Amino acid sequence: MSSIKIELREEDVKRIKEICASFRNDPQELINVLHRCQEHFGYLPAEVQEVVSEELTVPVAKIYGVITFYSFFTMTPKGKHPISICMGTACYVRGAEKVLDEFKRELGLQVGQTTKDGKFSLSSLRCVGACGLAPVVLVGDKTYGRVAPDDVKNILKEYEQ
Amino acid sequence: METMKLTIDNKIIEVPKGTTLFKAARELGIEIPTLCYMELHDLNIENKPAGCRICVVEVQGRRNLAPSCATNCENGMVVKTHSTRVLNARRTVMEFILSDHPKECLICPKSGSCDLQNMAIRLGIREIPGTEIAKMSTYRKDTSPSIIRDLDKCIMCRRCETMCNDVQTVGALSAINRGFMAVVSPAFEQNLEHSTCTYCGQCVAVCPTGALTEVDHTPDILRALADPTKTVIVQTAPAVRAALGEEFGMEPGTLVTGKMVAALRVLGFKYVFDTDFAADLTIMEEGSEFLDRLSRHLKGDESAKLPILTSCCPGWVNFFESYFPDLKDIPSTAKSPQQMFGAIAKTYFAEKIGIGRKDLVVVSIMPCLAKKYECQREEFSTDGNRDVDYSISTRELAAFIKQANIDLNNLESEEFDSPMGESTGAGVIFGNTGGVIEAAVRTAYELNTGKKLEKVDFMELRGLEGVREATIDFNGTPIRIGIAHGLGNARKLLNDVRAGKSKFHAIEIMACPGGCIGGGGQPLHHGNSDIIKARAAAIYREDKKKILRKSHENPFIIKLYKEFLGKPNSEKAHHLLHTHYFDKKKKFIVKQ
Ligand code: SF4
Ligand code: SF4
Ligand code: FES
Ligand code: FES
Repeated sequence: MSSIKIELREEDVKRIKEICASFRNDPQELINVLHRCQEHFGYLPAEVQEVVSEELTVPVAKIYGVITFYSFFTMTPKGKHPISICMGTACYVRGAEKVLDEFKRELGLQVGQTTKDGKFSLSSLRCVGACGLAPVVLVGDKTYGRVAPDDVKNILKEYEQ
Repeated sequence: METMKLTIDNKIIEVPKGTTLFKAARELGIEIPTLCYMELHDLNIENKPAGCRICVVEVQGRRNLAPSCATNCENGMVVKTHSTRVLNARRTVMEFILSDHPKECLICPKSGSCDLQNMAIRLGIREIPGTEIAKMSTYRKDTSPSIIRDLDKCIMCRRCETMCNDVQTVGALSAINRGFMAVVSPAFEQNLEHSTCTYCGQCVAVCPTGALTEVDHTPDILRALADPTKTVIVQTAPAVRAALGEEFGMEPGTLVTGKMVAALRVLGFKYVFDTDFAADLTIMEEGSEFLDRLSRHLKGDESAKLPILTSCCPGWVNFFESYFPDLKDIPSTAKSPQQMFGAIAKTYFAEKIGIGRKDLVVVSIMPCLAKKYECQREEFSTDGNRDVDYSISTRELAAFIKQANIDLNNLESEEFDSPMGESTGAGVIFGNTGGVIEAAVRTAYELNTGKKLEKVDFMELRGLEGVREATIDFNGTPIRIGIAHGLGNARKLLNDVRAGKSKFHAIEIMACPGGCIGGGGQPLHHGNSDIIKARAAAIYREDKKKILRKSHENPFIIKLYKEFLGKPNSEKAHHLLHTHYFDKKKKFIVKQ
């Protein structure tokens, strides 16, 4: 799995330590600690895992194991404009996969990845509760309904500059 | 004690509460097959993820089949271990595992001693449905200085994870990903070389398949033996002679010292020497260092730190360099016997036979995988020429002997060559946990008190308990000794040292459970700790047979000091036989 090399700032380290301390540095609380860290950083880079490892005295390999086991943890930062494609049943039968393929092609990304310039990231979702609009695509807070593969280019254009 | 009475395959048995179905069946002589489960009873090691489901049995009245390795006996249970339903389920499980496993037994390094292969044979698997269509998970091969990871062959039994995390507390390996993509890996899927791995090899010792194996250095040795410009010599570690026979069908605990020497001569080694010689040398250096620190310490010299820690185990050295670098001036600076041997061979011995160090090739036979890494450490080379050129394991030696058409069983015993093949009983017991410190006590006592030891067997230092302690009376001065084997046990003693709470004067540490006899390069024990106990007993038998049992009485060691080294801890001895340690605390720089 790829990871962006980052330098943690002192306050970031302090924040991680606070989170760990709020769970009494208890190794059993690893998953909760990671949740809170991900809320704070948006993702869980190797450097964050290292600090958690020191604080909870859990080997980094174990932490990495947990992060790769649960799909809600991620080691890549979301893009400035995170794109999510609904893969719920309604959207799926109305061609969501083709839409997703188009996004993959346009951006040169796989699901879970972020463009080099940090602008877009790609993920898929379970039903977002807007089945009437299927297939549904979310870009940041904005919802697009009845998206066809042909619309993908235009959607991306909105976020150019 | 509360007991449970139940029926297994129509036989009635009563067992203590908490006994698993698997163990109860075993008492009845029924051997239920297991794959992920592994227990080393006398060493308190157990791997019980209940993951593979090979061991399922039918319990009357239960809907699902139960994994016998993880299901406790209950009163009135009626259990069937080989009903049609059980046999079919077992076969299906096996076929499922094999459908995602490479079919390359012919060229697999574990072939012949692989638990998975044996299970396929035992269950009579003749075809694996769906192989043509099934996609197999693939993973890159990772080669480190000691260990190869070939995870296409991993069956996720998680034995290695248990050894690395629970027993060794190294935490280099963990299960990652899920489902089809699940494997065991270091953090961030880095190569083992960039992880905190100590190369103790305990993961390799328990892996049922070819997923974890040692790097084979036999081809390098073959090349050297074929080169007429080279003189190739060999040293054998104490623990090898107590285990090599197992690879040739002998009873565990059979000593094959003389046959091993004979086989090495047939293989073409010019001189067959003994690491035990260097073990005696280690005692001279480490023992003197200890006595020096002790006397300064007792006089109130603050700079003389105690406890002194033994330093003959390279897995242990790697461990403290990674996890306790702040304590790196506490271990003895004495090199391991393997490296002392190399240093003396490439100077003193090369000179004696009139050749340059580059024309002398030193091979070591070790029960250990960390020794492969150790001999590659930069500080153990001069001008790019290693003190020990190649290190191979007991298993590699066995394979080498077989390739050369040698029938070990029927070889006449031969003696080691002189002078570096001469050793005392103290050198031999280095192979067992507690042995190094016992050897050190035998010498330190006599040098310190000037008195002759009445009794050289220190029973209080022996055994398989993970952490042991004993107090030895040095003529009125009580010397407190600690012993740990297995890195998790070592960590406990180290934490005390770090906290300034350790009460010991000297601590012996060996990375592998049981000491070198349980090393990562030994014949596979397949979860039977009786084998390790038998090897330990053999080592003590070999010691008892020796006339000389104290290192400082070895006449060739005495001669070596007289002719070459001067005194223990002399400048020359320091230069050749001592080393220094590094702070290797890992910061993960994510490498791709
Ligand atoms: S060699 Fe030892 S430290 Fe390294 S991965 Fe295996 S068990 Fe862990
Ligand atoms: S590498 Fe070997 S010991 Fe480890 S989980 Fe895989 S098969 Fe089991
Ligand atoms: S399935 Fe996509 S919104 Fe419900
Ligand atoms: S041996 Fe019992 S589940 Fe694997």
